[in-house]
Amino acid sequence: MRPLNVLAASVAVAALTVAGAASAGTLDDVKARGVLRCVVSTGIAGFAYPDANGVWKGFDIDFCRATAAAVLGDPTKIKAVTSTGKTRFTLLNAGEGDVLWRNTTITFSRDVGVKLRFHGVNYYDGQGFMVKKALGVTCATQLDGASICIQTGTTTELNLADYFHANGMKYEAVTIETNDEARQNYISGRCDVYTTDASGLAATRSTFTDPDNHIVLPEIISKEPLGPATRQGDAQWSDIITWVLNATITAEEKGITQANLDSMKSSKDPEVLRLLGVEGSQGVELGLSKDWAYNIIKAVGNYGEIFERNIGVNTPIGLERGLNALWTDGGLQYTPPFR
Amino acid sequence: MAVIAETGPDTRNLIARLWSNQQARSVIIQIVALTVVFAAFGFILRNVVINLENVGKEFNFSFFLYPAAYDITFSPFIEYSSRSTHLRAAVVGILNTMLVAACGIVLATIMGFIMGILRLSTNWLVNRLVYCFLEFTRNVPVLLHILFIHGLIVIQLPVPKMALNFADSFFLTNRGFYIPQPVWEPGAGIVAAAFVISVVFVVFFVRWAKKVQDETGRVYPVFLISTGAIVGATAVAFLAAGMPLSWSFPELKGFNFTGGLAIKPEFIALWLALSYYTSCFIAEIVRAGILAVSHGQTEAAYALGLRPNRTLQLIVIPQALRVIVPPLASQYLNLTKNSSLAIAIGYMDVVATVGGITLMQTGKEMETMMVVLLIYLTFSLVISGFMNWFNRKMMLVEREAKKKRAFFSFKTGTGEDS
Repeated sequence: MRPLNVLAASVAVAALTVAGAASAGTLDDVKARGVLRCVVSTGIAGFAYPDANGVWKGFDIDFCRATAAAVLGDPTKIKAVTSTGKTRFTLLNAGEGDVLWRNTTITFSRDVGVKLRFHGVNYYDGQGFMVKKALGVTCATQLDGASICIQTGTTTELNLADYFHANGMKYEAVTIETNDEARQNYISGRCDVYTTDASGLAATRSTFTDPDNHIVLPEIISKEPLGPATRQGDAQWSDIITWVLNATITAEEKGITQANLDSMKSSKDPEVLRLLGVEGSQGVELGLSKDWAYNIIKAVGNYGEIFERNIGVNTPIGLERGLNALWTDGGLQYTPPFR
Repeated sequence: MAVIAETGPDTRNLIARLWSNQQARSVIIQIVALTVVFAAFGFILRNVVINLENVGKEFNFSFFLYPAAYDITFSPFIEYSSRSTHLRAAVVGILNTMLVAACGIVLATIMGFIMGILRLSTNWLVNRLVYCFLEFTRNVPVLLHILFIHGLIVIQLPVPKMALNFADSFFLTNRGFYIPQPVWEPGAGIVAAAFVISVVFVVFFVRWAKKVQDETGRVYPVFLISTGAIVGATAVAFLAAGMPLSWSFPELKGFNFTGGLAIKPEFIALWLALSYYTSCFIAEIVRAGILAVSHGQTEAAYALGLRPNRTLQLIVIPQALRVIVPPLASQYLNLTKNSSLAIAIGYMDVVATVGGITLMQTGKEMETMMVVLLIYLTFSLVISGFMNWFNRKMMLVEREAKKKRAFFSFKTGTGEDS
């Protein structure tokens, strides 16, 4: 609900004014609280949405659960702090959330200006356009003069302004607060075009009653590396988020799945043994338990499993791995070794 | 004993002595209260500084001079592109807020006065219908009204290709209402000059007519003559200058209509919803104001032979306004502040631009929110300043009129007696 967003922003600003100095030890805070608070979106199919029973599901939520499994040993100990594109960083910086898993593009100004720390990419994305098939539009350069629905507070609206400016085209920007509102405006014909990251377009299209009447244009007009973020100034917590993500990708590289997890404990590969905490003390060095990565994979599986379960080709979202395949399969997902 | 205790030197300490003095006590209490308030402010300020330092953020406003990089399509007053600065984006937002607030205040006042008077109607049906509308509207949050009207326009009206077409000049679509736009050509200056001169003439004429009426009781048809003068002079100048006016008609080109004047659904929804919501409160204020004028006043006016029209105009409304104006001012303030709900439907007001996209893109929550707060504070102070001035004017006129009337009745009274 919109008034809540305004409220959330005000609360966040108020929190910044009256809250005591935010403590640097996020890990200790989370352990003491017993619950991990993840800043997530207000609802995007496949990425973060509450199901019929009110249980949060999705790609980003699974990474949040992975973090909870690593830190608290229990993937159910999470609290989803919903945020719009506009309120997400304020909520994080004001200490209302511990980590942001919310299809957020890594950019210079967010890293340096908004003072966030980013920890790698969990989804390589790019901005696309969706139109109704009936319009007969086949490429983005035919969109001169169109009305375009965008979500406010996103990199999307900046890319859009740049793209149309660079191509000497005009458009009417219909700026909307949430994905759901934007979707309503697009369906009712208030806008000709809906633009957001290609993954978001696929997710939104999957919720239409007539997905076949809409097409995503071939142009991808930007690079949108989406990844988790934390506040600056807590190196230990940053390391944890970085290596939670790396653990899921390395697990896929090594062929560790939810199903074969226990048998992999007797693997001959030393890196697998280090990852699962059979050898060495990597978990303890992070400030976690020895079996932190074991807990992650047990809870949500490896990167490929998370992807296929939530947004892969066999789901209504139907996204190909594409850029998000492992580097060994021609994609970009690549992690530093566990050594 | 008691006498000795009163006259003998007070042996208690200074604070106790001061405390027993009523005047000193009130000063002490005020000093303590002020200190607490300042300490609270200081605490908050200190926390802001510490917290901003902790997240490593500088407190400055230089970002206002950098390119905003986002587009605002609804900017009817000044040129704006994504290359403009954040400052210019803020100005666009401020102007959009002012536009919807000003239009809203005008429409809410008109609707409020009409409904307030209808509420007093002796016709049972009219009275009850207005009553139901008022009660229903007042008791539903204004945000829902805004979303409702926006939904009506966007979902119920057709897309541009199937626009409701009125004489090929007016088009209703879910992307806005398109109407022909007047385009002034050379020579339009003469028409404008004629209009301004006739308005100045009318101002003087109205004053003169009032003076004549006060002195001699003679009533001129002020309204007819004024309208005639303005319309006549402007029309003559328009014809004399060779009709320097053409129209730009809306036309469907590609995705959207081009040419003409587009009134966007976001603006219409916000404007209408704020207006009719606020007008319900104004209606009740107007009704209260009219009822506050004692019925004896009306009866006295009738007894003096004034027609009902003149009675309302000269006796009831001036006295009712005295009661109406102060609460009306707070309704205007409410309407202006409620316009910040614009973001819900994507109307680019000051909250959506500075307090929204600029905040987001620069990460300067504290600075942008302070600017937005100051802007709303300025709006509020200007509106309440104006309404206070208007209120004083109403009161002054009232008293003068009373004095005159009293003087007049005194004279006639003594005349009859002698």
